[in-house]
Amino acid sequence: MNIPAIDLVLWVISAWMTVGLLGIVALHKFALVSRIFFPIGALAGLVLAIVAIRALGSGKVETKRLALGLPQLPFHLRLDALSAFFLLVIGLASFGISLFAAGYFRAGEGTAPGLLCLEFHFFLASMALVLIADDAYAFMVAWESMALASYFLVTANHRIPKIRAAGFLYLLIAHIGAIAILLCFGVLQANTGDYTFANMRAQNLSTFWASAAFLLAVVGFGAKAGVLPLHVWLPEAHPAAPSPVSALMSGVMLKMAIYGLLRVTFDLLHLHIWWWGVIVLVIGLSTAIFGVIFASVQVEMKRLLAYSSIENIGLLFAAMGLALLFRSYGMNAFAALALTACLFHVLGHALFKSLLFLTTGSVLHATGERNLGRLGGLIRYMPWVAWLAFIGVLASSGLPPFSGFVSEWLLLQSFLFTPGLPQPFLNMLIPIATASIALTAALAGYAMVKFFGVIFLGQPREEKLSQAHDPGYFEKIGMAWLALLTIGLGLAPNVLLHLIDPVTKGLVGVGLSHRASANGWWLLTPTSMVRASYGPLYFLIGVASTCAIAFVLVRLLYHARLRRSAPWGGGHPWRNSRMQDTAEGYGQPIRQIFEPFFHLDRHLPKPEDTAPEYHVVVSDKFWEGVFMPIARATEYVSAKVGKLQQGRIAIYLLYSFVTLLVILLLVPMATR
Amino acid sequence: MTTLSIQLVNLFAAFLLMLAFAMLAQRRVLSLVNLYALQGLTVVAATTVVAHVTHQQHLYYSAGLTLALKVCFIPWILHRLIKRLNVRWDVETLINIPSTMLVGIVLVVFAFNLALPISKLSSSVVPGTLGIALACVLLSFMMMITRSKALPQVIGFLAMENALFFAATSATYGMPMVVELGIALDVLVGVFILGVFLFQISEQFESLDIHHLENLKED
Amino acid sequence: MTKVFSQFISIVTPILLAPMLLGWVNQVRAWLANRSGAGIFQPYRMLHKLFNKDSVMASTASPLFRFVPYLMFGCMLLANAIIPTLSTDLPLASAADAIALVGLFALARIFISLAAMDIGTAFGTMGARREMLVGFLAEPALLTVLFSASLIGQSTSLTTIVEAVAHKHFAIYPSLVFAGMAFILVFLAENSRVPVDNPATHLELTMIHEALILEYSGRHLALMEWTASLKLFAYSTLGIALFLPWGIAQKATPSSLLVALPSLALKLTLIGVVLAVVETFSAKLRIFRVPEFLATAFLLGVIGMLTHILLGT
Repeated sequence: MNIPAIDLVLWVISAWMTVGLLGIVALHKFALVSRIFFPIGALAGLVLAIVAIRALGSGKVETKRLALGLPQLPFHLRLDALSAFFLLVIGLASFGISLFAAGYFRAGEGTAPGLLCLEFHFFLASMALVLIADDAYAFMVAWESMALASYFLVTANHRIPKIRAAGFLYLLIAHIGAIAILLCFGVLQANTGDYTFANMRAQNLSTFWASAAFLLAVVGFGAKAGVLPLHVWLPEAHPAAPSPVSALMSGVMLKMAIYGLLRVTFDLLHLHIWWWGVIVLVIGLSTAIFGVIFASVQVEMKRLLAYSSIENIGLLFAAMGLALLFRSYGMNAFAALALTACLFHVLGHALFKSLLFLTTGSVLHATGERNLGRLGGLIRYMPWVAWLAFIGVLASSGLPPFSGFVSEWLLLQSFLFTPGLPQPFLNMLIPIATASIALTAALAGYAMVKFFGVIFLGQPREEKLSQAHDPGYFEKIGMAWLALLTIGLGLAPNVLLHLIDPVTKGLVGVGLSHRASANGWWLLTPTSMVRASYGPLYFLIGVASTCAIAFVLVRLLYHARLRRSAPWGGGHPWRNSRMQDTAEGYGQPIRQIFEPFFHLDRHLPKPEDTAPEYHVVVSDKFWEGVFMPIARATEYVSAKVGKLQQGRIAIYLLYSFVTLLVILLLVPMATR
Repeated sequence: MTTLSIQLVNLFAAFLLMLAFAMLAQRRVLSLVNLYALQGLTVVAATTVVAHVTHQQHLYYSAGLTLALKVCFIPWILHRLIKRLNVRWDVETLINIPSTMLVGIVLVVFAFNLALPISKLSSSVVPGTLGIALACVLLSFMMMITRSKALPQVIGFLAMENALFFAATSATYGMPMVVELGIALDVLVGVFILGVFLFQISEQFESLDIHHLENLKED
Repeated sequence: MTKVFSQFISIVTPILLAPMLLGWVNQVRAWLANRSGAGIFQPYRMLHKLFNKDSVMASTASPLFRFVPYLMFGCMLLANAIIPTLSTDLPLASAADAIALVGLFALARIFISLAAMDIGTAFGTMGARREMLVGFLAEPALLTVLFSASLIGQSTSLTTIVEAVAHKHFAIYPSLVFAGMAFILVFLAENSRVPVDNPATHLELTMIHEALILEYSGRHLALMEWTASLKLFAYSTLGIALFLPWGIAQKATPSSLLVALPSLALKLTLIGVVLAVVETFSAKLRIFRVPEFLATAFLLGVIGMLTHILLGT
């Protein structure tokens, strides 16, 4: 049995497509679709993960030509370490998400179950295809089907106008990005007319054209990833989509953009210029800070997570920018460190953010509420979901010993090496960048405490919440899978570093793993023991054993008597669940401190109001500042152009006639 | 021994920068005066160290002069002014303090990039301090911009002079004695004139808020 | 063998001495206020009393609420175990460096905030919000302080930093001036001292830490109080390790401990006096001045890193 890994990947892709097509056949057979088809899709995901691990282990580059599509234009496919790593991300995350989806989708919600099944599995298949595409044609086909499939998934509840609007915005920005990517490939092939990636690698572009390609790639993939200022679709589309789809989009699809940018900058382009790194770094840092500040003031749980995704994408960009910076000065070992941080976070974020989105799905189904102000106390009624969300929250806040901390740690380590850069100006920017990363991490903690505390802790803010209960087996298993991986990744980071090794070797020529595990697999030492080390297992054992010892000693030396009574609360006699901080209240300090960032629409009650009402709406200044002017300008121009439309055939014929005349005039001039 | 003195001068430079930031972040007029005196003292210490290292007699004199003038006499005058004008209250800054300090950090980076080529040319023992001195000048300027009361602006002006003096000592081992004496005299006269001005302003408008000066223009 | 011994005493010393440090600060504050004070052993009596009492717990409390005191205690003890207090020869220190130390403090903070939100009283959620408000600025400020030091030591490992500052050739580091100032501000904020919080009052307008532990009683409250004193101890020894490291032994031999222990005691006594003086002479800030206070600390830390790079020392 020695089937090439790329064939196995193709098998998985076709399995997903088959499952999707079967969904059409059984359009309204709800039980069949959800209980059988989705688990099969999940298994295919697991197979993909195993194949990807094998491919990473073997370290071989496999290519294949698939005579699909147009004649003379076959699909070139290629599987290298970078693709394999991202395939691993898809595989691991999709297993959990598909299992969850098996229990999640209900009959009678918008789109028919069979159609959902088709879109969901085509979405997965097209993402996998993006990763193994080796020419611009195959890449764009896969990229566009990914965008379309996810568009239909976002608008699954298409009867709600707001969701349709969100879907439209998503599609619009996705296409602006796609145009930029297409142009980028156009530049990369350097007028040879050959759009295979192999040809692009062979080209030696001048500084100008290389920079143009790079900037186009940043815009194109940035639009997909949701970096500033192209992020506006993200907080609209993620809440609109059903939760497994939001999980897939936030956890996996955003990473495809990271993959694309890595592919273009590190693989297809040979030239590396220092200011490329600075651009990506600055975009990343501002996106991260922007995202996390907005996450802390959101009052809707999925919007909060969407903004938190923007923050994490920002961190990924920052790591990538730093890697580019190191690379441009030939400091490949440090570039490998920054890249490792980036890739580690890609997987870590894919897992914990999917997990968190899935828990919001369970909460949504159990309570019907997505507004934080009407939730609360769910840890008592939905303990499974609450504790699984707790793991996701701790990882997302970047706390040891979970996976979020490892990538943050690696990123900060690579920042601390930068004083070696030859340019003093860059050296001075680095402390500011490091401090912003630290601020982002701390604010992420703020947002996550708000998320968990307001949803799961405290008193239920509505009567009906006490009816909530844990979801079924499929959902539990799906979430538990993601939670277990998150814990495992946090406790044994060296295992993943071992898998990342071939990727960084392929991109910058240096691997990190042998040094990182030099002192044993339980201790992470990216450069040397003296310089820095982190042992999450020790860490966990240290805290856990002290807890246990304290627990036992207190009982041995004193007693374990416990009385239950009503909460004390400072002895105030009247109190109810509405006296707890609302989500708005919890975000108030952030609103006050970072006021210039927000566009606030606030209504405060006056003393004489008989029915006092308070509401505050926080919106994004980018809407007012960037997008509305563009929209207005477009509207203005199209209104002018619209005047051409008269409705009379004679006028239209006149237009054609004039055009013909102009062209006829121009042709001799052009030929001269 | 010289490495130690270089480190000492660097340390004083860092102190100076920190005091500049502290003045930027300070709301109380009284504390501002004290910080100013402390700044003067730091400059004195730095000058003494440079004088010791380079064996330049006249630097000792200028250190002594600074001590007498900027650490003792001018703060004393300012304290008297505050008492007479009764302006001991807190002053609100025009921009909030964290943002001011953020801008301050940008200024520091800017100043250092500006000073980098100059300090490479300079033969001084401590090249890095020129950037700090320049940064202090800019920060004091910034402090003058962000205050709406007259007295903090005067202090900002004086702090700027301190920073310039430090730049002179650290980069070129001080100016000729005559120039220094002249500057010291200028500052002294400046303080007196400003003091008189302040009295006039406060009598005219019963306030030291410089917003009132806007009313002086002809419509 | 000395490794294990050294680790052992660096865990036992904080457990035993931490309440005394708190008692000493309170004693000096009492003296400064012209009171006679309760003596430096008062915190021990307090802990003993609390451990003997029954725990009263809200009927709505979830398991999270019950386990948080133990978790907090574990986190703070581990923090103490990795800070080089008496010697730099700590086997556990390889498990967590300076960044992980900040992560440990953050972990403890998130646990205590979540526990405060668990009961669902107005005070608890308010305290949690304020604690996170202090935290999200204090945490990066502490990180920048530690980074200033780690740029000097070329390492984020605390033991390496201390060895670089204390045992290599003597040098003055200007960046540490900024880092030191920033650290003092963070120290005051993180340990709920005046001017950020007042440990002695239960006034709803101002309290932060007391609001968080309002629902705890009996042994759980005792653990929380002990944890608070451990945190004070950890921050004090961290300050000593970064800024006054002279006297910390390289190897935990009995003879070197003979130097290290008295010097630690002396430095802690001094820190207690300084802390009490600062607290006595400053006024509590309005809660919305606190972000400004901490932003100052954060920016000072950044300037510290900047000066290190600029002056090239």
